[in-house]
Amino acid sequence: MKKKNGENTEQLRVGVFICDCGSNIAGHLDCKSVTEYAATLPGVVFTKENLYTCSESGIGEIQNAIKANNLNRVVVASCSPRTHHPLFAGSCAQAGMNPYLFEMVNIRDQCSWVHMGKRDVATAKAKDLVRMGVAKSTMLEPQDNIESSLVRKILVIGGGIAGLSAAEALAGMGLEVLLVEKERQFGGLMLDLNLLETGASAKDRILQLAEKVGSTPGITALAGSKVTEITGYIGNFDVTVQTPEEKIAEKVGCIVVASGAVPLIEDGLFGHNGENVITQMELEKRLKDGSFKASKVVMIQCAGARNTTREYCSRICCATAVKNSMIIKRKFPLADVHVLYRDMQMYGDEKEQMLWDARGLGIQFDVYDPEKLPVVSEGRVVFHHSVLGETKEFKCDLVVLSTPLVARPDAPEVAALMRVPTDKNGFFLEAHAKLRPLDFAADGIFVCGSARYPVTSVEARTQGLGVASRVGAILFKDKLVKSAIVAEIDAASCVGCMGCLNVCPYDAISFNRETNVCEVKEILCKGCGNCASTCPSHSAILRGYKPEQLLAQIRAI
Amino acid sequence: MLDVGRHPNIELMAYSEVEKVDGSAGCFKVRVRRKARYVDESKCTGCGACTEKCPTDVLDLYNESHSTRKAIYSWFAQGIPSTHAIDPDHCRVLQGKKCGICQKKCEAGAIDFEQKDKIVELNVGAIIAANGYTVFDPGKIAEYRYNDLPNVVTAVEFERFLSASGPTHGHIDRPSDRAVRRQIEELEKEENKLLKALARFEEKHGRTSAEFYQNYLPGEAEGDQAQWAGKYGEYLSIKAKLDELKKKAETFTTAKRLAFIQCVGSRDLRFYPFCSGFCCMHSIKEAIIAHEHENETTSVIFGMDIRAVGKGFDEYKVRGGNKSNISYRRSRVAEIVNGPNSNPILVYEDTREQVVRREEFDLVILATACAPAKGVKELSEILGIEINRFGFFKTSPDNPLDTTREGIFVCGCAHSPMDIPESVAQASSAASRAVQTVTVTPEKLLKIS
Repeated sequence: MKKKNGENTEQLRVGVFICDCGSNIAGHLDCKSVTEYAATLPGVVFTKENLYTCSESGIGEIQNAIKANNLNRVVVASCSPRTHHPLFAGSCAQAGMNPYLFEMVNIRDQCSWVHMGKRDVATAKAKDLVRMGVAKSTMLEPQDNIESSLVRKILVIGGGIAGLSAAEALAGMGLEVLLVEKERQFGGLMLDLNLLETGASAKDRILQLAEKVGSTPGITALAGSKVTEITGYIGNFDVTVQTPEEKIAEKVGCIVVASGAVPLIEDGLFGHNGENVITQMELEKRLKDGSFKASKVVMIQCAGARNTTREYCSRICCATAVKNSMIIKRKFPLADVHVLYRDMQMYGDEKEQMLWDARGLGIQFDVYDPEKLPVVSEGRVVFHHSVLGETKEFKCDLVVLSTPLVARPDAPEVAALMRVPTDKNGFFLEAHAKLRPLDFAADGIFVCGSARYPVTSVEARTQGLGVASRVGAILFKDKLVKSAIVAEIDAASCVGCMGCLNVCPYDAISFNRETNVCEVKEILCKGCGNCASTCPSHSAILRGYKPEQLLAQIRAI
Repeated sequence: MLDVGRHPNIELMAYSEVEKVDGSAGCFKVRVRRKARYVDESKCTGCGACTEKCPTDVLDLYNESHSTRKAIYSWFAQGIPSTHAIDPDHCRVLQGKKCGICQKKCEAGAIDFEQKDKIVELNVGAIIAANGYTVFDPGKIAEYRYNDLPNVVTAVEFERFLSASGPTHGHIDRPSDRAVRRQIEELEKEENKLLKALARFEEKHGRTSAEFYQNYLPGEAEGDQAQWAGKYGEYLSIKAKLDELKKKAETFTTAKRLAFIQCVGSRDLRFYPFCSGFCCMHSIKEAIIAHEHENETTSVIFGMDIRAVGKGFDEYKVRGGNKSNISYRRSRVAEIVNGPNSNPILVYEDTREQVVRREEFDLVILATACAPAKGVKELSEILGIEINRFGFFKTSPDNPLDTTREGIFVCGCAHSPMDIPESVAQASSAASRAVQTVTVTPEKLLKIS
């Protein structure tokens, strides 16, 4: 699009694509009639109905139409822009059209799905929506993506198995790493564990990894240190770290959160006293230092978890209990070991095999009823056996509680440094539970290990290695390219009331004390539009959603 | 999938197989067979005009054989690449018969019956095996009668039933009911043919078939009367059968009483000792979606443990119980037998009451095991890597993505059974290991010198 004296000199040539979405749209409204109608709208020179516009052939049709018909606006009426806008806009760009001249209309979620069985109504509404979309498209302006530089260094918060693995992998990919651990020693929870499932010493294993990481050139490993401040944005974060000696400032491009979790130790839980009623973590320590002494052991699973106050399953406690009961049984074959459980969470291949082996060793597994929790008293545990439907009693001289890993008490503090969210259990909240398990919604920040949700040491290591490639996908590029749909504040009309400052959730607006107006930091802006809807002088606008663009859309109703 | 397909740094080779791997980490030479699809990838636009006109119906494996596709097809509508392929086992031309309709219909001129397999040599630094798993064949468990009872299906089949673009358009129609409806359709076709034949007789003789048949005596048949009577007799018997089936079909409803059986083929020493990890969650998910489709739906999930292990999974399980009419029953189902109306009856032990119960359901869904991928042995030989005692690629806890050969990595269910988030995380990890293999660091240079 060329502009001359602010006027469009080029004639509008709009192409409209109506998607059937298989039968999702076409099953409930008349796509053919909507397509014919779209052809009658002002500016529209090309229309096409596709079975699946998002299929490779659908995309090919858009691109061919842009080239063959010289389209300078494209409107796709299909599904949710949330999932498909980037695809369509990107495809337009590949065909040579400015992607910001693309407009999307949702005739599935907002039309066919909500008006199922009312074909006429749905068809009429789809026509209205398409007309509005076309009207808005005619007011769109071309934009250029925002570009920014990248610092090829990564801050890793937490020096447990996940953080160490992440640092190892990042350095192995040729990137620089700043690894910060709060404790005096690297290693995290694994330092306190006894043996791993393989029989190897957990401490030896983690110290070996810590030593390797500590001696890798390119990794600055800071123990006994704390990140105190983080400002900036993807590619250019400014971080401040308090080491035992000094305060240091660094610039990093990405951040990895690997701050882990802690085992729950709750006094009084099932009579927990740290002596003859202990947690698995305390048992690990006893097994490690050789102070373990008991002949009748009862383990209680889901102690303090999967209840109304802490609803989640902590994933790793069943395997821990099986591992420890096997260690006990192998060392003291005459010991009685009972595991009281609700569901044995021995998922996958190796863990289930452990469960078979544990039964083979003579460890007994009994199901208790979550409605009637086991009662621990001196020398015995009484519980309701939910498979047999009767009350049973086991004598014991040691009760081991399999308590969950819980979020670190300082997790909210760490989260606040980066303004990333945590879930209701205090664990860090990833961008998408299924498809983006290692990403935060905020760009350039990643999560791995038990900081996200309890994981075994192997899983933590896997995730630590995994974030490295997520980081690499950003930092191996020459520069950062970002959507131009951001807010803009007109310095001429801004009165500096700072109303926008308060509503911006991304800290993207600042007040310039010299000019007395508010300014947008484009790279931080996510285009939510809060400022634009708040500004009393209409100085703040959101590109791509300017008042005149929205009004054109509304007037077309 | 589309993002991967569009990525400038990714070259996709669908319908291809690795045949040989030479070399070592950093410089592998890989021989790939690109199988003939009889459609030119560079010309096909994926428009689908060929499939519309192809006369050959083939069972659609994507829909678990609950619908048909054509001999020229794409695996599913949004598949990548959208290039179609011809199924050589069913295409009339490739079977030596006359046809070639697709070739005439293809405006892009993409159909090439002469296409041959192509061999491609690739030079790569690292290899990632992500060849997934195979769904266990529940027919091997005789007592569940999967092959005999139409209303016993696998979770993948049920997944297709729930899909709006699946064979039942998202309605949970029972396979036995669908079979009756298909039978009705076929009988109606025959009935129409007979009606046409009868109409010819009626026109010729000027009276209705019923009138003729009433007075007809086989012994005194003249001219074409015996034929007429024969056709009318056939018509009557088909009509009677049709009426009966139609009456039966009127009572059909979608399946509302669902039973899910967990650990079908897994945690079972006869087949696979391991736990497949993700089936408890997909049974819960399917029961919740079925309940969303129809609010009267009730589901019983039979399992030894309900392994809802993952972020938010246990909460999801509890919610399913509270809001979606799901009950969880701790039991290993002993047998499935046929009941009235083709309703499967489950025989299981109620441990609480310590009695054997029989319970009737509309549809039974089997949570089948995540078995090692078909051909995993051959692939392990080609790649030169070991497999573990469970049949998956061997790794170590210290290096969970590394196989026994340097530079070859594994992720997803080729590694061990796992759910989606874990597969996604592992895929990132395998990518990171692969990048480390091909990255030149000062350390590596030192090693070489």
